[in-house]
Amino acid sequence: MKIAICVKQVPDSWAEKKMVNGVLDRNGVDAVLNDLDEYAIEEALRVVEPLNEGKETPEHIITLISMGPERATEAIRKGLSMGADSGVLVSDAALAGSDAIATSKVLAEVISKGGFDLVFCGTESTDARMSVVPAMLAERLGWAQLTFAGSVKVDAANSSVEIARMTESGVETMSATFPCVISVIEKINEPRYPSFKGIMAAKKKVIETKSLADVGVSSAEVGSSGAWSSVVDASARPPRDKGIKVEDSGDGGTKLADYLAEKRLV
Amino acid sequence: MANVLIFADHDGGKVAKTAAELASFAKRGGTPIAVLLTDSSQADSLASQLANTDIESVLAVENSDFAKHGIPALVDALAQVIEAKKPDAVLIPSTARGKEIAGRLAVRINSGIITDAIDVTPDFGTTQSVFGGSFTVSAKVKTGIPVITVRPSSIEASTTSNTPAVEKLNVTVSDKAKLVTISNVQPAVKGGRPELTEAKIVISGGRGTNGDFTQVEAMADLLGAAVGASRAATDAGWYPHTHQVGQTGKTVSPQLYMACGISGAIQHRAGMQTSKNIVAINKDPEAPIFDLADFGVVGDLFAVLPQAREAIQAKRS
Ligand SMILES: Cc1cc2nc3c(=O)[nH]c(=O)nc-3n(C[C@H](O)[C@H](O)[C@H](O)COP(=O)(O)OP(=O)(O)OC[C@H]3O[C@@H](n4cnc5c(N)ncnc54)[C@H](O)[C@@H]3O)c2cc1C
Ligand SMILES: Nc1ncnc2c1ncn2[C@@H]1O[C@H](COP(=O)(O)O)[C@@H](O)[C@H]1O
Repeated sequence: MKIAICVKQVPDSWAEKKMVNGVLDRNGVDAVLNDLDEYAIEEALRVVEPLNEGKETPEHIITLISMGPERATEAIRKGLSMGADSGVLVSDAALAGSDAIATSKVLAEVISKGGFDLVFCGTESTDARMSVVPAMLAERLGWAQLTFAGSVKVDAANSSVEIARMTESGVETMSATFPCVISVIEKINEPRYPSFKGIMAAKKKVIETKSLADVGVSSAEVGSSGAWSSVVDASARPPRDKGIKVEDSGDGGTKLADYLAEKRLV
Repeated sequence: MANVLIFADHDGGKVAKTAAELASFAKRGGTPIAVLLTDSSQADSLASQLANTDIESVLAVENSDFAKHGIPALVDALAQVIEAKKPDAVLIPSTARGKEIAGRLAVRINSGIITDAIDVTPDFGTTQSVFGGSFTVSAKVKTGIPVITVRPSSIEASTTSNTPAVEKLNVTVSDKAKLVTISNVQPAVKGGRPELTEAKIVISGGRGTNGDFTQVEAMADLLGAAVGASRAATDAGWYPHTHQVGQTGKTVSPQLYMACGISGAIQHRAGMQTSKNIVAINKDPEAPIFDLADFGVVGDLFAVLPQAREAIQAKRS
C-alpha cells in the first residue's frame, strides 16, 4: 500500500492570532503541525506497522504531503519523526492566501500523480477550521470519501476500508474499496510522541520541495488573486470586559443566582 | 428577483430548525427555495414542516441512493437541481455534513465557498467570527454561485403564513457517487433537552464532575438548557461525544454558557467563547476559564450548583 497523509502547518493553538490585509499573519507566531493531523499520522502508522513487521524494507509506505511556506518542512519533519517515510512540500510564493478550493486542487494534483491507495487527513485545520479539504479531495480525485472516522479498519488484502463516521448526527458505518480519502477525528487514537530514535531517523528522510510549475497548477488559479472568495474587511473584536470572580464561602450558589437574575437569564 | 436555494436538512422524520433560519437569511436577497433530499416517500410530510417559514417553494427529490451512499449522492442531486434552476446563491447549514456537502458542491459547480457564516447580507456577503471570536471578518464569494454555510442559531427565523408549493424532481445518481456504502446508522440519542446548537442556555460539565452529571443536568432542566461536555468528559465516556463542545465538538453561542468543572483549554474555548454570558464554576482559582468568565465562582460545583438552583427556585416563586 502507498498511503499519503495531508498535513498542514498551523499557528500554535495558544498563539494570539492577528490578521493583516484580510489574511492570517503567520509571521511571528510559533508554527506547529496541525494537531488533528497527528491523529491521521498515528492512524496510518497503526495500519502499516503490523503489515511491515519483520520486513527488511517496508512494503507499505507513508508519504506526508503539505502545501505551505518553506518552514512547513518543520511540520513534515515532525511527522517523519513519528514514523512516516518521506515528505512532499508544495511551496511557492504564488500560493500565499490560497483558499480551500485552490489548496484542494494543488493537493489533488500531487496525490493523483503519486499512485496512492489511501489518503489520510485530519478533520480540520485549527487555523482555517473549514473541515472541507478532505471532501474536496474526494470530489476532485473521484475517490471514495470516508470522513470523520472515529475508527478505521483497513483490509489490505481485499483493498477495502470500513470506518465509523462520527458526527453530531450520530454514528454511521460505511465502507469502500481503494482508493479512498479518509479523515479522522481526535477520538480515534492517542498520537505517539516522537522517540529519540525517531527524531534521529527523520533527519535522514527525504522531503521533496515542489513549485507550482512542478505540480502543474497555474499561478492564476491559486493565491489571494486566484481565490474564489475574499475577505472584504477584518476587525479585531474588542476584548471582553473583565468579569466578576467570587470565592465560594458558603454563598457562591446564591451569588450565582443573583447574577443570573440580574442579567435576566433565569 | 434572485433565487436562493436552501439545503433543508432533516433526520428522516424531522426537518432541522436550520431550514427556516437559512430561509430568513435568503429572504433578504431573494426568493428562498428549499431543496429536500430524502431517501423515502417522506417528501410531503417533510415539506409540510416547512410551512409558516420564509420558504416560498420546495423542490423535493426522493431517491434511495441518498441513504445508501450519503454525501456524494446528495451532491449529485444538488448539482442537478442547481443546473435546472440556476439559483443566485446556495445556503447550507454549517454542520459537519453541511460543510462537506458544500465543499464538494463548490468544487463541482466551480464556485467559491464560505463556511461558518453568522450573518448573510442581501448581496450574499457574509460575516464570520474567526480565531475563537477574536476577529470579525466580512467576506464575499467572487466566482460562481456563492455556496455559503451558515452556523445554526445565527438568526431568529421569522414566522409567516406561507404554505410552500412542493415540486418533485428526479435526479440520476452517478456511479462515481456510489463508491461508499453505508451499512448502518445509529442516530444520535435525543433526550428531552434542547439541541446544543439550538439552545439559548448551555450547561456544560467537565472532568470536575468526576463522571457525575446529575448536578449539571438538574441545572439544565431548571433553565430549559442543553447539556454540553468537555472532551475530557466525553473521552471518559461520561457523556456522549455528540455533546462535546469545542474545536472538535460543537460550536455554541448561547445567551448563557455555564462551564462546571471545566478548566478552559484553548480547544474547549474554541467552541464556546462567543457565548453572550459566560459563567464558570471551578475549584481552582487559576483555571484559565476564569479569564473569559463574566461571572466566576471559585468553588465546588457539587455545592454551588444545588444552592444556585434553590436560590433560582426561590426567586421564581
Ligand atoms: C486535537 C484536540 C482537540 C480537542 N478538542 C476538544 C474539544 O472539542 N472540546 C474540549 O472540551 N476539549 C478538547 N480538547 C481537549 C482539551 O485540550 C482539554 O484537555 C479538555 O478540554 C479538558 O477538559 P476539562 O476542562 O473537563 O478537564 P481538566 O482540564 O482536567 O479540567 C477540570 C477542571 O475541573 C476543576 N474541578 C475539579 N473538581 C471540581 C469540582 N468538584 N468543582 C469544580 N471544579 C472542579 C479543576 O480545577 C479543573 O480546572 C482537544 C484536544 C486536542 C489535542
Ligand atoms: N495546506 C495544506 N496542506 C496539507 N494538508 C492540508 C492543507 N490544508 C488542509 N489540509 C488537510 O485537510 C484537513 C482539513 O483542513 P480544513 O478543511 O482546512 O479544515 C487538514 O486536517 C489536513 O489534513
